Amino acid sequence: MQFSSTSVCNPIEHWSRRRILGAGGGFFLSSLARRLTIAAEQSADSKKPPMSVIMLWLEGGPSQLETFDPHPGVRAGGDTSAIATSLKGLQIADTLPQTAEQMHLATLIRSVVGKEGDHERAVYNIKTGYRPDPTLIHPSIGAVLCDADDAGSDIPRHISILPGGSPARGGFLGAKWDAFKTGDPRSKVPDVTPRVEDERYQRRLADLSEILEPQFMRRRLIDMQSNRTLHMASTEAARRMMSSDQLSAFEVTNETAETLEAFGDDAFGRGCLAAARLIEVGVRCVEVTLGGWDSHVNNHSLQTSAASRLDPALASLLKRLEQRGLLDSTLVVCGGEFGRTPRINTAAGRDHWPHGFSMLLAGGSLRRGYVHGATSKSDEVKDAENHVADPVQIADIHATLQTALGLDPTHEYQTPIGRPMARAEGRVLVECLQG
Amino acid sequence: MNEPFVSPAPPHRDKPPRTFRSKIGKLARFGFAGFCVLSTFAFLTSGMSTPDASTPDASNPDAKPQRSGNGADDTSDFPNAASVSFSRGPHAEERLAVQQTIHELWESRIAEDQLETAPPADWLTVCRRLSLALVGTGLSLEEIRKLESHPEQERVERHRESLLSDPRFHDYWAERFTRFYVGADEGPFLVYRRRRFRTWLSDQFAAQIRYDDLVRRLITAKGLWTDRPEVNFYTVTFDSGNGQPDPIRMAARTCRAFLGIRIDCLQCHDDFLGNVSMGDPLWMGGDDDFREGTQQDFHALAAFFTAAKNEGLQGLKNRTPNYHYQYLDADEEVEVQPNVPYRRDLLDASETSTDLNPTPETDSPARDEDTEETLVSLNASEQTTPAEPNQTDERNATEERHPTDGPPPPDQWNQRRRLARWITHPENVQFARAFVVRAWTLMFGSPPGNAVDDLPLNEDPNPIVMTLSKAFIDSGYDIRNLIRMMSDMPAFRVDSQSGEGDGAFEVTERHERAMAVFPIVRLRAEQVAGAAIQSSRVKTLDRETSFLLRFQQYQEEQDFLKRYGDMGEDEFTRDTATITQRLVMLNGKLTSDVSKWNPILNTTSHVGMFAADHAKVVESLYLATLNRYPTPRESEHFVGRIEEGNGRKNAIVDIVWVLLNSSEFAWNH
Repeated sequence: MQFSSTSVCNPIEHWSRRRILGAGGGFFLSSLARRLTIAAEQSADSKKPPMSVIMLWLEGGPSQLETFDPHPGVRAGGDTSAIATSLKGLQIADTLPQTAEQMHLATLIRSVVGKEGDHERAVYNIKTGYRPDPTLIHPSIGAVLCDADDAGSDIPRHISILPGGSPARGGFLGAKWDAFKTGDPRSKVPDVTPRVEDERYQRRLADLSEILEPQFMRRRLIDMQSNRTLHMASTEAARRMMSSDQLSAFEVTNETAETLEAFGDDAFGRGCLAAARLIEVGVRCVEVTLGGWDSHVNNHSLQTSAASRLDPALASLLKRLEQRGLLDSTLVVCGGEFGRTPRINTAAGRDHWPHGFSMLLAGGSLRRGYVHGATSKSDEVKDAENHVADPVQIADIHATLQTALGLDPTHEYQTPIGRPMARAEGRVLVECLQG
Repeated sequence: MNEPFVSPAPPHRDKPPRTFRSKIGKLARFGFAGFCVLSTFAFLTSGMSTPDASTPDASNPDAKPQRSGNGADDTSDFPNAASVSFSRGPHAEERLAVQQTIHELWESRIAEDQLETAPPADWLTVCRRLSLALVGTGLSLEEIRKLESHPEQERVERHRESLLSDPRFHDYWAERFTRFYVGADEGPFLVYRRRRFRTWLSDQFAAQIRYDDLVRRLITAKGLWTDRPEVNFYTVTFDSGNGQPDPIRMAARTCRAFLGIRIDCLQCHDDFLGNVSMGDPLWMGGDDDFREGTQQDFHALAAFFTAAKNEGLQGLKNRTPNYHYQYLDADEEVEVQPNVPYRRDLLDASETSTDLNPTPETDSPARDEDTEETLVSLNASEQTTPAEPNQTDERNATEERHPTDGPPPPDQWNQRRRLARWITHPENVQFARAFVVRAWTLMFGSPPGNAVDDLPLNEDPNPIVMTLSKAFIDSGYDIRNLIRMMSDMPAFRVDSQSGEGDGAFEVTERHERAMAVFPIVRLRAEQVAGAAIQSSRVKTLDRETSFLLRFQQYQEEQDFLKRYGDMGEDEFTRDTATITQRLVMLNGKLTSDVSKWNPILNTTSHVGMFAADHAKVVESLYLATLNRYPTPRESEHFVGRIEEGNGRKNAIVDIVWVLLNSSEFAWNH
């Protein structure tokens, strides 16, 4: 049995990267340093709004061939046609007509490659930039962003709307950066409304703070409330959130019927609309999940159905952020855990395919109207390695996103296991950033 | 002759009209049917089984306890202090000797730091700690009343022994151990059955398996993951390879779970930060000569696991290891021979009898035919002909070599068995140390040092941990005996608050580190859920509970964990409550469900309906939720709330809400 040294971590790459970093200089580094300097300057400019992220999570593995990388006319392309977009020369699948009109705002990466073909592990990989590690839980991009700038707000700054099987986590940065989970914005935000009338609620809280808490602190650990339990402080923070005006950002029903309709008046559309509203009130990362992409059978109809829900929401989100001048300070990331096989199986489905799939990025300092990489149009993919031009590792996407957010991806955390860990271990895709 | 069989009833003018009679009849029938349905429902939900005659009526808050104290504030002379008794359970004599040693170590550490010690905690506090540690809930009102019927000095031991034989303990510890053996995720589809693995572990705990036996079964597992659940220890890694066990993940997991050593960074490079030192420590009978860990340490350990091969429908089988790796800065791959990172002298050392033969005591771990086959034939006579690489070699596991053939070359042995033998060798004290620290963490809620599974070899173990480790080995790796030893320790019995009057002192983190006070530790998510749900029922929620109620309990717990957040494998991470978690407790469904007035199910209404007076209501609610008596001030305050005129039911519900939202409820103390 042969085991590749890259099965989990490639030490050769690992060390050459370190050596490169140690040696300094070179085009890549100078370019990256310049961008980081610009980013730092941008963040230092207090007039600029803080950077935020909206992650449209396509749970189940969307087919690149039925969304952003159609191959019409060949067997692998299936029944999907391609349509022109607002970006000259770019065609995407006919399942996304409204999105096609906004592609001039986006960077499309068509050559993402991963090593995980299992849902659970691949989700972890894409959301954190790291492959699952039994010793450590890595933070998601939203947790990284919140941790880097922990300025307070009344409502949680990391939110997961319609959380699927794996909502974003704080990992080793702490549970405080776990995403606050909420459902369809048409319903009430969970757990923020007292179940009794205010007078009774205040009486309960008074009994808690005046009777129970002093008794528990009595003769126990000094400064227990301020240094250990933070019980009343977190209770107070919860109360602030319960009465915060910012909660109204969840109330999408306050929007006009036209706006609701434009986003596609379903749970995902409302989630995207709420995400835009939450960003406007200072939330730093919102994840909205859309399921229904795992098409092992009947691929075309399942993908078409899911895309029909994605299309109006994604297009309207990009349009709204751009119209309100928020796209420069908000990254939009749209993708799933992997793509789907070029080969259509006997059940008219497509299986898991991490060897070349698509992700859409937009906003921040990312280039607008740019396509990176490509996949082979061949009917039969015999060599997955050579199937992709300009392959992009998942860690590269994280390094690039962090740079676009003004964060230094080489920044090292001291993890609980005593091992230093970079924010992202990939290379920054300089070509995807604005010059 | 043609008379009808039934003559028509003569008309009676006095009788009510037929329609009216019919309605009455219908009403009676529906009433009876309704009664039957309600009775059935009550039986299914509350359980109308015959109560144990020796058990006082738990739902009766007036039941007279045999206690001498009255509340947390009345501990000035510690009338309720739980005394240590060694009369129960096996190994009592040995435990007494160990306890003496531990007591001396504990006292000398505190004297060295010139610290005061807290007084012993009262029996209810100790029992709550035991329940949280062993079954993940607080005590039920039923358990408290039952314990109160016994002399005070027996209560802690009675409760502990009762929990140790409780299926809830087997299930709860099985889940905790499943997390660090195979993780908290669902894992690869089809080839991995996490629930089956957990159930198997629970069965092993119920059968009182020796811990070393358990680990050997895991490492030498073979067969199909469905009918041999221990095989899931391997199949959980199938998703990162080609349907085969991943030796790299297996090596990292094995080292961490069984030896408490994190060597993951050695996978890619030698240690250059001084994080992983390898050598043979003095405290383990070595020469105390340490060196920095190397990549070879990691991959030589990983090579053992290439001896396991998945053969499809035949499941996991043994074969000759075959592992190649290209080390950092090397030009080409090299073949890696299986080896261990320290105490290599134990790898092929002859077995001692204590390692392989359990002590024939009444509670000695169960063994079966398979255990014998897997574990006992670990002797020099098991040489086999080496198989070709990549071919399975079941003969390694079953055939025995003729005694006159002499010992086989080490590379021809069943390598997984060889590794299992090394890990569980009685002189490999690190194995026992790792388990003691794990069990300590479950008992106290936090480890004795900084980490649960990062116990460097070049760091002298805590003397108390070392004493426990050796006692654990001497007892035949008896898990229950270890729990008894731990719960008898003064560090477990001491209070989390200082005494009053002359005994008062300022409690600091130094006191916690020196174990002069019991540490204040946040309950894990499943403990919060378990304690909250149990507090809402007068009777203990266990396997005797009706199916419907257990199903409801499961659903409530799962919903709660989803909202509150489950830390998964990192469940011992020290973290404060998040805002989301506070919101779940303040306004969430579980808090509402367990505190609301529900005459059929909830403690709230049972106590409200049957307690003799308001003071008894408050007392019962405190006992059910916080597992302690209210102080006079608390009692007076909440009795006042009930009498205020805002509605008695509402006041009682509010008291439960306040108790559930207190830090005393959410933290072990």
